Formats: sequence, C-alpha cells, structure tokens
Amino acid sequence: MKLSALHQSYMNRRNGSFRGGSAPSDSSSDGAMKSPGAVFWLVLHGLCCLISLVLGFRFSRLVFFLVFSTTSSPTGPAVAHTNLLFTASPLRQGAEISGNLEIRSSQVAGGGAGLDNKTVPRVVVGRHGIRIRPWPHPNPVEVMKAHEIIERVQREQRAQFGVKSPRTVIAVTPTYVRTFQTLHMTGVMHSLMLVPYDLVWVVVEAGGASNETASILAKSGLRTIHVGFDQGMPSTWADRHELEAKMRLHALRIVREEKLDGMVVFADDSNMHSMELFDEIQNVKWIGALSIGILAHSSPMTDESKSSTVQQVAEDENQSVPVQGPACNSSNKLVGWHTFNTLPYKGKAAVYIDDRATVLPRKLEWSGFVLNSRLVWKDVDDKPEWVNDLDSLEGVDDVESPLSLVKDHSVVEPLGSCGRQVMLWWLRVEARSDSRFPPGWVIDPPLEITVPSKRTPWPDAPPELPSTEKAMISQDDQVVKRPTKTRSSRSKRTSRSKRKREARIVETETRGKHTEQN
Amino acid sequence: MKMWASSSFFFFVGLLCTHLSPVSARIGASDSGRTQPTERISGSAGDVLEDDPVGRLKVFVYELPSKYNKKILQKDPRCLNHMFAAEIYMHRFLLSSPVRTLNPEEADWFYTPVYTTCDLTPNGLPLPFKSPRMMRSAIQLISSNWPYWNRTEGADHFFLVPHDFGACFHYQEEKAIERGILPLLQRATLVQTFGQRYHVCLKDGSITIPPYAPPQKMQAHLIPEKTPRSIFVYFRGLFYDVGNDPEGGYYARGARAAVWENFKDNPLFDISTEHPSTYYEDMQRAVFCLCPLGWAPWSPRLVEAVIFGCIPVIIADDIVLPFADAIPWEEIGVFVDEKDVPNLDTILTSIPPEVILRKQRLLANPSMKQAMLFPQPAQPGDAFHQVLNGLARKLPHGRSVYLKPGQKILNWTAGPVGDLKPW
Repeated sequence: MKLSALHQSYMNRRNGSFRGGSAPSDSSSDGAMKSPGAVFWLVLHGLCCLISLVLGFRFSRLVFFLVFSTTSSPTGPAVAHTNLLFTASPLRQGAEISGNLEIRSSQVAGGGAGLDNKTVPRVVVGRHGIRIRPWPHPNPVEVMKAHEIIERVQREQRAQFGVKSPRTVIAVTPTYVRTFQTLHMTGVMHSLMLVPYDLVWVVVEAGGASNETASILAKSGLRTIHVGFDQGMPSTWADRHELEAKMRLHALRIVREEKLDGMVVFADDSNMHSMELFDEIQNVKWIGALSIGILAHSSPMTDESKSSTVQQVAEDENQSVPVQGPACNSSNKLVGWHTFNTLPYKGKAAVYIDDRATVLPRKLEWSGFVLNSRLVWKDVDDKPEWVNDLDSLEGVDDVESPLSLVKDHSVVEPLGSCGRQVMLWWLRVEARSDSRFPPGWVIDPPLEITVPSKRTPWPDAPPELPSTEKAMISQDDQVVKRPTKTRSSRSKRTSRSKRKREARIVETETRGKHTEQN
Repeated sequence: MKMWASSSFFFFVGLLCTHLSPVSARIGASDSGRTQPTERISGSAGDVLEDDPVGRLKVFVYELPSKYNKKILQKDPRCLNHMFAAEIYMHRFLLSSPVRTLNPEEADWFYTPVYTTCDLTPNGLPLPFKSPRMMRSAIQLISSNWPYWNRTEGADHFFLVPHDFGACFHYQEEKAIERGILPLLQRATLVQTFGQRYHVCLKDGSITIPPYAPPQKMQAHLIPEKTPRSIFVYFRGLFYDVGNDPEGGYYARGARAAVWENFKDNPLFDISTEHPSTYYEDMQRAVFCLCPLGWAPWSPRLVEAVIFGCIPVIIADDIVLPFADAIPWEEIGVFVDEKDVPNLDTILTSIPPEVILRKQRLLANPSMKQAMLFPQPAQPGDAFHQVLNGLARKLPHGRSVYLKPGQKILNWTAGPVGDLKPW
C-alpha cells in the first residue's frame, strides 16, 4: 500500500487530492486509518483547507511534523531554513512564518541529518524560499558589459576559425554622377562597411572628381582613394563598358603606384555583394574567378504580345541559368567559362543608357574576377611568369576582362566551390538621361509652390487656402497633363482590372511634389 | 674586457631563459596542428585525463545469471538510451577490455554486472523499489559462489549505481537520506552520477561519473565552429515542477524558480521551458549554459555544455562533479551559490573576458570532451577509461581492505525490512 501510494505520487501527482504529507506521515497514517480517525481526518482536512486558503500555501506537512512525528526522523518536511524573501506576496510570507516556526525544530533535524562524524550539511532538504531581488530587471550597464564579452568572444572565434592573416580588400569602383548614383553607391558602401577585414576603396569617377561623390564617400568612414578620370561617361552601353574598363585599369595603376597590398575586387557600383564573397576571396592566391548572377531585368517595352514573350524568355532562362563564371569538370578543375545567354535578347537589348530595354552584360564581366594586387606591381620578384605587365594593356582599346592580364587561362582559381555558389549579382539600372535631382539630395532652397492635397487623410487639417486656389488649378492642369500622357499608355498595357487603380494613381500624381523626375 | 663581460651576461641570460620556459609549458597553449589552441587540463590528481589504464589494473567480471542483466535489458530496451545507461555500457566495455582478467586470483577489482536502474515506468523513469533487493540478491550470490567477497567484504569490489541518489536507491531525497547507502555496499567502491558533499548518499572514495548522453545524437547536431556565439546565457527546462511541487520552493531548492523570477525579462538570458528542436545547435551559439540542480544536483546538461563548448554555470551547492580529481572544474565552469542566484547577471558580466576565453579554451580540449562521453566502441580517454583510471589511482589496496579470517564487519540484516525479501 505504501509502495502504491508512492508510485502514484511519483508518476503524476495531480494536486486536487490533499495527500496530506504523504512522506513523513507514512508511519503515522497507519494508525489513522480506522473510522473514527477517518472522520477526524475529514474535519481536519476541511480545517486545513481553510487555513491553507488564508495563508496561500499548503502547510499540512508542517502540521504533521509538529503533531505526529514520533521518530526523530531528520528528514521532516518543510525545513525552510531561509527567510531572505524580498517580495510581499502572501505566498512568501506564509513560507516565512513556517520558516520561523521551523527554526526551532530544525536544529535537531539539521543535527540529525549529518550522520557519522560528518560535518552538518549546509544544504538541507525541504522547502526553501524563492529569492527574488528587489528590482528583478536588467541593468543597462551589465547588458553593455555582456555585449562587450560577446564581442570579444566572437572576435576570438573569428581569429581561430575564420581566415588566418586576412589580407586587405581593395575595392575598385568606377562611377559617375547621375540620378541613380546615390542609390548604387550607398549599396556598395554599406556592403564594404560590413567587411570585417581591412579595406581600401578606390573610386574612379568619370568626368573628374566631384563633390557629389566625395560627399557620399565621406559618410562611409572607410579609407578611400577618390580620383577623377578625364573623360565623361558616354551615352551608350557599349561605350560605357569600354570606359569603365579603362577606369579600372587606371585604378590598377594607382594600386601599383601606391603599392597597395591585398586582394583587388571589382565592385561595380550597381552590383550587389554578399558577405561570404569577402570571406571567399581570402582564399585566392593570384587570380580567382567567381560566379556572378546576372540580373538582366526584363524591360517594360511596348509590345502587344508582351506576355507571350515574357513567358518565352522565362522558359529560355530556365534552360540557361543566368550566371557568368568559371566552369569546372568533375575533378574541380577549371575547364571553361559559363556566359550569359544573350540570344533571347537579340535586337531588344538596350543601346542607350536610359533605354528601357534589357541591359546585357558582356561576355565576362570584370566583377567576376579577383586579383592579388601584387600581380600589377612593378619590379616584384615573386610575380609568376604567366602574368602580363599592366603597361602592356596601355594602348589597348577595349580590355574586356582581367583575363588579358594572364597569358594562360588555366591558372585562374575558381572560387565558391568551383563556381557553384553565387556570391554577387550584376545589375544595371539607370534613370532617363534627362532626369535631374537636387545636388547632394538636399532640397535647398525650400520648394516654392506646394500643391495642397485635395482629399487629406487628416480629419482636422485646416481647409484649403483660397489665395493659392487659382495658382493651384493652373498648376494642376499643368501637372496633370504630362503624367497622364505616359500614364495612360501604361494603363492601356496593364490588365483592365487595374484601370481603377490607375485613375487613383493619376490623382496621387497631381498631389505629388513639385520636383518631378519625369 | 667590458665586451667579454656583457657577452657572458647575455649567454647566462639565455641559459636562464631555456630553463624557465619548461615550467610554463603545462599551462601554455599547445597547438599541435589543430586550428584552435587548447590548454592542457590537469586536476588535483595531476595531468591524468590521458592516462592509459591498461596494465595498471586488472578487473574480474563476475558471471551472473542473465536475470540480473540480460533479461532485464531484453524486457525493456529503453534502458540503453536513458541517462542511466552507463551501467549497461560499462558492463559491455569491461567484457571486451584488455583490463579484464579471467583469473580472479590476479584481479585488483571485481565488477558485479547488475542493472538496478532498468525497471522503468511507462514514461521511462526508473523505479528504484526493487533495486535494493536485487543488489542484495546479487551480493548473496557472489558471496556464496566465490570467496572473494568474504575475503574483503566487498572492499575491492565496485558497483555502478547511476540512479538519482546513487546507492540510496530512491528518487526522493528525503527518503533516500532516510535509507542511506545500502548497508551491504558500505565497503565497496561506488561509481555513481550523484555527488554532493556531506551527503549521506556520497561515500568517501566514490567515483562520480557523468550521466549517459548519446554521443551520436550530439555529434549529429554539430554546427560549424566559426558560427559566432551570440546568446549570452542559455537554458531550457523546467523552473517549477507543477506536478510534484506546485507551490515551488521544493523543486531545485527554489533555485530554478529564482532564476526564472529574476531573469525572465532580461534580454541576455535566453531561458524558457520550451523543447526546441534546435536545442543542441542553440547551445553551440551560447557563451554560458545554466546547469542548475533539479530534484537531484546532477544533470546531463553538464555533459552537453562541455561537448558544445558552452561554459557551464553550475548552481548546486556542494555538488561534486564527475571525475573531480582529474578535471579542475573550478577553472572550467562557473560556480554560483544558490543564495547568489538573484545576482547571477552581475556575477556573469563581471567575469573578465580573458578568464572566459581561457575557460573556452579548456572546454575545447578534446580530452575534456572525450572524458564526458560513453562512446561505443570505447575510445581512448573516454569516460570508461576515466573510471578505470580512477580505480587504478586507488591501488594498491590498503591493509584494511583485507579482513582477518573470521572477521565480519557488514551486517547482513541491516536496513528496512522490505529489503530483506528475496528477489
């Protein structure tokens, strides 16, 4: 019987039942199983329940210990030996009371528990208080200290498991001032700011070094070398690619002059780089090749059978993955190159920079290659024999890719598990050639004409000002005219269900700001 | 003249340097081709983690009828996976180990393979009610069939009792203390997971072992070591045992509840009662892992923390950790008194980063991780070998081990009446 009771309690003690000090009272419960005892038990049960309700905890064990203990069992219940309780909840207070009551009797119990010449254990079995400090909330100073500890641990982890003796990253970016420059440069800047290694950012600007670019670079806090390039950026993509190649060679010349030591990455300003890229390039010995994802965005061209063409292109793309990079055989040796399939776009590619057609990459983009800066240094003894000198590319019109620097393509090291991992994406997006933007993207002086919104979302806004109404109306007409021209053509193209939304868009356009990009 | 003097001075200094450097060799980092520099671990018994027990001791394994071991296992194979499985694996290891001898006359230690922790409830918890009788019956068998028990009354015998409170054979601490260690085992060496100083159920000369944790399961959840550790303190488990101790204060002596109440809204403490599937992975992303006591002071969390490189924060007063003489736990883990739990965040954040890095280096030592595991088949430096090393360190047996003829110390009728019934 004793065993089964314990068995039950061990498995699943659901505490509706007042199992009344099952542990200590085993010896005593034997006697209490007769019927007058049972009645007495019931009464006591009820009384104890009421008292427990008041106190807020079950003090039955306490009672049984005091009243019924016959043996000098050292393991009585509730030897609550602590009253270091800080909360004012009745639960804790109840325990405190029992603690006080127990202190007297616990001395005996404590003494008994240390048997056989052992010292009295300072840890006793039984109910203990739950210690809660007066203000159990985080301390900001300690939170900061913990973050410093975490930072230190992570630094140690990087030192041990990351790259040993990381080399400086030299990022080469050709750029020029235009509407989308801030967008692109901010993206590259943020990627470079996150690189955990030393970094030098060489920015070559077509049309001469300008304050625009300088102000963007100043925000980075990185070590930058900002140089101007005498030619202005041409308006066709083909010419632009050529000029960019020249600008990159100019940057390599700077690398040579300054004797910058590290890995040269060609970070075009509109590309997107992942962080793994910078970890991967640390593995390059002399010249490495990466797989680039080509994001040749499909253009919103005016084409009635547009939907079908889109599908076709999509199918084609499924067959040919839009990736440019090294191709390896099964033993992970470089055997060739994957290039982007430009056939589907024949005749539909963008020619001018602001064309809305698809911008195609060239056969092999510069950004897919990583060079050890020592390859371009002059008078260095340990340069490998297969490298062409930088000067040899001086007069060459169109250097398509850094592969012209090497005599033999087989020395190129494929990166990213032999080109299987794509760690950077190539994209070209530019605004219309006549688009304007405020210098430094600061609207100064403030706008002269403001068009109040017709249907304001704020319920308690002041009513429209009558004085500017006339001006407003004329302005509305003016503003409305131009957008609707382009907008309506758009609405014709998109599905009919969007008509309504288009109408609303027209409205919002009129409410729009004065500085329209058009 | 002057030049000669200075050159001899430098020569002398050079000599001194070569003499001084070996002194620090033990504490210094040893980078033997591995990527992470680790430190050698030496506890109070010295640098003994990598000792080889073969040749230092001989163990004789008694052939008990299968009702004591194989049949029990057949009835419930779950015993192979729970945290008390060390008793079964130790038996298997000893059967095929080079330290085993078939000649009992030359044996230093005698092992009795009786699986006392294999009587499981449907939930998988072991019931200890029959264990005393089973142990007693086994001892009666070996004392009547072989003369070696009576020769020493068990002083050169060792038993594995991995249950909650060791050889006290009960899951409830009060009852366990009441029973005390089984009287027949008074002179034997006990190899158990339970360890608490000044406690009845920890005998002098016992060997504490880690609870069994399945090595393959843990290996399967390893993540790359360069994953940055971004969690400061991690814990998953119960804070209140609502089923058995609804008011709190009994379970874990209120320590777990104190952790919850003080730190439940602290962003540094990732603590909850959930059972995530990424438990092992999360431990590898944490700097500190809490190992508070539960109903018993020991838990597999310590083993998991060591394997995953997370510094264990041990909140259990007077606990005796596994292989305490071979492993300097004070240098590896952080010990927090139960009364200091409300200040746990202050304590942990005030540890200097160099100390934390050193602890991580010690934890990264592969011999440390090996010592906590029970791999099958056994590997050098694992927990099986540490047990044998511990037994070997107790040799040679003192004179009190061997009894004079006719001398009797053990009382065969001591203990509760229920224990005397045959099994």
